[in-house]
Amino acid sequence: MIRLVVPLLALLALSAIVACGGDDAETLTIYSGRSETLVKPILDQFAEESGVKVRVRYGDTAELAATILEEGGNSPADVFFAQDAGALGALADAGLLKTLPNMILDLAPSQYRSRADLWVGISGRARVVAYNTDVLSPDDLPDSIFGFTDPEWEGRIGWAPQNGSFQAFVTGLRVLEGDDAARDWLEGILANDPTEYPNNTTSVEGVANGEVDVAFVNHYYLYRFLDEEGDGFKARNYYTGPGDAGSLVNIAGAGILKTTNSNDLAEQFLKYMLGTTAQQYFADETYEYPVIAGIAIQEGLVPLAEVRPPDIDLSDLSDLNGTLDLLRETGALP
Amino acid sequence: MALTFGAFRRSYTLRAPPLVGVLAAGVGAAMLLPLVYLVIRASEHGTVFETLTRASTIETLIRTCLLAAAVTAAAILISLPAAWLTTRTDLPFRGVWSVLFSLPLVFPSYVGAFVLVAALGPRGIVQNWLEPLGVDRLPEIYGFWGAWLAITLFTFPYVLIPLRAAMKGLDQSMDDAARSLGASSFGTFFRVTLPQLRPALAAGGLLVALYTLSDFGAVSILRFDSLTRVIFIQYKSAFDRSEAASLALLLAAVALAAVWIESMTRGKARYHSEAVRRTPKIVRLGGWRWPALVFCVSLVMISLVLPASVLVYWLVRGLDAGQSVSFIGSAAVNSVQVSSLAAAAAILFALPVAVFSVRYPGALSRLIERASYTGFALPGISIALALVFFGANYAPWIYQTLPLLVFAYVVRFMPQALGASRASLLQTNPKTEEAARGLGKGKLAVFRRITLPQLLPGLSTGALLVFLTAIKELPATLLLSPIGFSTLATEIWASTNEAMFARAAAAAILLVLIAAIPTTIVVLREQRAR
Repeated sequence: MIRLVVPLLALLALSAIVACGGDDAETLTIYSGRSETLVKPILDQFAEESGVKVRVRYGDTAELAATILEEGGNSPADVFFAQDAGALGALADAGLLKTLPNMILDLAPSQYRSRADLWVGISGRARVVAYNTDVLSPDDLPDSIFGFTDPEWEGRIGWAPQNGSFQAFVTGLRVLEGDDAARDWLEGILANDPTEYPNNTTSVEGVANGEVDVAFVNHYYLYRFLDEEGDGFKARNYYTGPGDAGSLVNIAGAGILKTTNSNDLAEQFLKYMLGTTAQQYFADETYEYPVIAGIAIQEGLVPLAEVRPPDIDLSDLSDLNGTLDLLRETGALP
Repeated sequence: MALTFGAFRRSYTLRAPPLVGVLAAGVGAAMLLPLVYLVIRASEHGTVFETLTRASTIETLIRTCLLAAAVTAAAILISLPAAWLTTRTDLPFRGVWSVLFSLPLVFPSYVGAFVLVAALGPRGIVQNWLEPLGVDRLPEIYGFWGAWLAITLFTFPYVLIPLRAAMKGLDQSMDDAARSLGASSFGTFFRVTLPQLRPALAAGGLLVALYTLSDFGAVSILRFDSLTRVIFIQYKSAFDRSEAASLALLLAAVALAAVWIESMTRGKARYHSEAVRRTPKIVRLGGWRWPALVFCVSLVMISLVLPASVLVYWLVRGLDAGQSVSFIGSAAVNSVQVSSLAAAAAILFALPVAVFSVRYPGALSRLIERASYTGFALPGISIALALVFFGANYAPWIYQTLPLLVFAYVVRFMPQALGASRASLLQTNPKTEEAARGLGKGKLAVFRRITLPQLLPGLSTGALLVFLTAIKELPATLLLSPIGFSTLATEIWASTNEAMFARAAAAAILLVLIAAIPTTIVVLREQRAR
């Protein structure tokens, strides 16, 4: 035992010395709440084309946001690449993000960036209703997300109330229709005894295998299942009518930390992410909506011009505590 | 620190060597870091009291405690026959069963729960088989009973492993004495054997209970609102670290209560005999061999074969659909490296605490030992963020390096090493040490030549448990590992997030196979030991 322990500890000491790679000005450190499989190819391409040394910590968006909040002034991160606007908002509220220069802000349309110029959207994701193709066709589905409060949907709905995208949608609902309408909607859905899933992936799977008939999810999960399981997969996406909160478009985006010592590289990175190469990558590989004009979207994906999502400023989606309170009061969350 | 020992040695006083005391106190202080962090965060929160007294908080607390109690009870009920059959009977293939019974521990609970839902969900794989028989839906497995089943199936080895060691260490002379005094075999089991197993049952049960309190993966997938799940919702949705910290403190209090219950159960008894030990007799099962085998086969089927087959099914289905499974060799190497380091470090940390608390019991040693257990009951994310806070702000030179990650594992998992070392220390007789001292050996020499060898089985079991849990650890690995350091657990997490089940399954299968190697070695060596 002792003979085993001593070399192991020597190895540990050695690895500590090796690990002391510096956080210098030539290196860009990114905390990515977006997963490695989805973004690594484009990050590698950026590194190759720019010659910048990129180090990425992958993790859950909310956990990485909490990490940056705990690290405070000592954060090794230069850029936070988040899965949703809410996490960026939390860092912005804590005063941890830098104001971005116009050359970056001007690349993204105003509805997809922070009002205070602290972060930009990089790709768009729409809320959709996933439905089971065995039981339903688009004609059976209501024009508005409020249609699902009808008792005919009892026992047929799946949702993920602890999921960040879902909560952002509820915040959107509150902003668009008011707190009372949002409460009515939640109570109406709860009255229909929805099945609770931990996240979007399991919700879509629940729809496809017939556990529920419909589920409220983000649009791109479906395409990943179609990739893995083929066209026989028994779920498809449905967009509620023009301007309906049910088709809210949120973003995955990024901001630069005030504590960065690689500001130029960070700006160079955001500019690249908003350029045609990266935008086309997201459209082709992650099935998301590009935020700049002139990019062809994935075949089979409904263009945003046709979806006509509700007009909402994503900076208004920062009142997460209000949404959580509402979810708790209505009993959607413990 | 002069302490008088129990009744049988009232005649003299034991003084803890300062080195042991200082080391133990140092370890205790390190283990308290997460609690210090939680107190700092909770105190920023103006409404701690409101949060803690909210009706929903209290309901959640009760639900959580019920789940922990139910899982612990079930784990003990499964482990008693399983341990007895594999150590004290002539059951065929005992070694094989011993290894197979220990393996369910390697399934990360999120994988285990996911697999259970896929297999036993209302429209899962099993329902699919039963479809021709007209079974349209299986009963819901979500909620309390689903969480209970999943956590029990993947944690019962925590009880089984120390229990097997204790059963091997039983002294037949006591059983014989009871029988010769006219006790029935049933009575002997309950009044003589079972009490001797109490330290092992209590230590294992405590690990199961604390694991249940801390678990997030299974409760979130099986939709059971435990305290840990509520804490995660706070972090994830509101970025509210203060409220989450208040709730985590509540969880720590429950953990301390569980540790206290364990120490009550364990009692003040000594568990080594003064007489010459006699190795236990092997019971001949005869015709009972068949029901015993049915029990073993069913347990292995549901806790090991079922999850493993779902993983293989996902892998084959994904490969069939043309999904690529990239090479995960480096993640496997990283996993093995960091988990071995964690196991070694946990043993080094646990040793002084175990020696201090068993050989020199007192208020201080009790405090240190109990404090060490809180880490295991807290959600991984709370511990990870505590070490992010202390690491980034007070020890930036080791922040996000391997040593800090290993330290995080030690803070989370040391109780597993502690429980095992303390149980084997309890079974060794201090008089042997005293005899060696009396013969003129120095303290260190006695420790190295007398105490340590007797501790080895306990230590290797403890190291194994830490290895098995560290290899599947997720939250601390994601936040505290060196940048670019991926493990099999992070691979599984990333792939399931993206619904790439084939990749997730490949990594999970590799994880199980790797974990099976040290499990087999330790269990088989213990099986042969006399």
